[in-house]
Amino acid sequence: MSAQVRPPTGWDRTEIARNVACDIPEGAIVNLGVGLPEQVVHHIPAGREVLFHTENGLLGMGPPVSGQSDPDLINAGKKRVSAIPGAAYFHHADSFAMIRGGHIDICVLGAMQVSETGDLANWSMGDEDAAPAVGGAMDLVAGARTILVATTHCTKTGESKLLRACTLPLTGRGVVRRVYTDLAIIEVGAQGFEVLQMAPGVDPHYLQQRTAARLHFVAERRARSTIW
Amino acid sequence: MIDKRCGSAAEAVADIFDGATVLIGGFGEAGSPIELIHALIDQGATRLTVVNNNTGSGRVGLAALIERGRVARMICSYPRTANSTVFQDKYSKGEIELELVPQGTLAERIRAGGAGIPAFYTPTAVGTSLAQGKELRAFSGREYVLEFGLQADFALIKCARCDRYGNLVYNKTARNFSPIMATAAKTTIVQTAAYLEAGEMDPETIVTPGLYVDRIVTIADPLQESALVAAGAVYG
Repeated sequence: MSAQVRPPTGWDRTEIARNVACDIPEGAIVNLGVGLPEQVVHHIPAGREVLFHTENGLLGMGPPVSGQSDPDLINAGKKRVSAIPGAAYFHHADSFAMIRGGHIDICVLGAMQVSETGDLANWSMGDEDAAPAVGGAMDLVAGARTILVATTHCTKTGESKLLRACTLPLTGRGVVRRVYTDLAIIEVGAQGFEVLQMAPGVDPHYLQQRTAARLHFVAERRARSTIW
Repeated sequence: MIDKRCGSAAEAVADIFDGATVLIGGFGEAGSPIELIHALIDQGATRLTVVNNNTGSGRVGLAALIERGRVARMICSYPRTANSTVFQDKYSKGEIELELVPQGTLAERIRAGGAGIPAFYTPTAVGTSLAQGKELRAFSGREYVLEFGLQADFALIKCARCDRYGNLVYNKTARNFSPIMATAAKTTIVQTAAYLEAGEMDPETIVTPGLYVDRIVTIADPLQESALVAAGAVYG
């Protein structure tokens, strides 16, 4: 294997996905959002069984497949996937009854912005000319029991995605439990953003400089655990 | 004898009228009844309101129907694909109206419409711009938004197997919206990959019971939208 070029500081996308996967407990029913969250399916620790739900109608989703793939077997991002032995198919109203009814334990989503009170903005840049598109994000944040966010800490132009208050249109209010970025793992707690763990090469000063809300480091030494 | 088979896709969609509301099954290409959509393009009905999760791909199927200017209004959750600008072009010129509905709310509105439930409260979208102007009500200390059931004149759906009664089974995640759409339209039109004699399907496994279905067309080897898009195909 060739040596990977690592960013000078922080975790890469694979490591972010692995960090999320490490915190998903045995037996959880998990829904993965489009993009970086989709990678979580590859990183569940060996010996742990997790069932993946995809809102287009499958419980027991397996990893993406190429080659002899079936265009009728896709995930919510419309990528061709596999189904594990023991999988079940269902229609959209049933699928969203599972979500809204509180039967999905964990949902991992991407983000444009997260506020220190757990508000999430991840569906609209607020551009009036572009047709808005929401998909299932609002249903997932309203219904899944625990919302995790996997994202880069800052936008491509270097602005913090973690803010005191979101400025983009909201997906849901007070819904995010934990944020996994390239720089840190941060709990949305009673005090606001509580840093659970920092990436190699990141210190509190560096992290605070790149975060547009106050960070609380009291929790830093607390052992990170799975979600429940 | 009850037999819902039609001779052709053209015959099946012949009475779809200008201004009709049409539910079209599919999530992306999975479950998209592309032959029925192409027959609808050929038939010429216009000023349609179309309900689908998306707005088509490339320049075939639903995207082609939109590109021809036949759709006045889309009700959908995600009018975006990487490989099609058809909807966006119409939208930015103000040539098509969009009612954006969260995906689960869209599904439940169709389910409710087919089940005789005129409206329902849902937690989805509370506190967001998509709940603006809608009635809110608190139950047990949590807020919910009022949404209305959705009914249509026609549904166009695709299944894997069916019999003359219109009992249907689907293929994998191509099921998506089709079972609920079949319940919510006055006339439900189905394209099936395989036709079976009555009794050949196990009654325990039937997903859509036949009373929801009005017309059946067998399309044994349906076009695959992604293959057409990859080939740069343009319908018509």
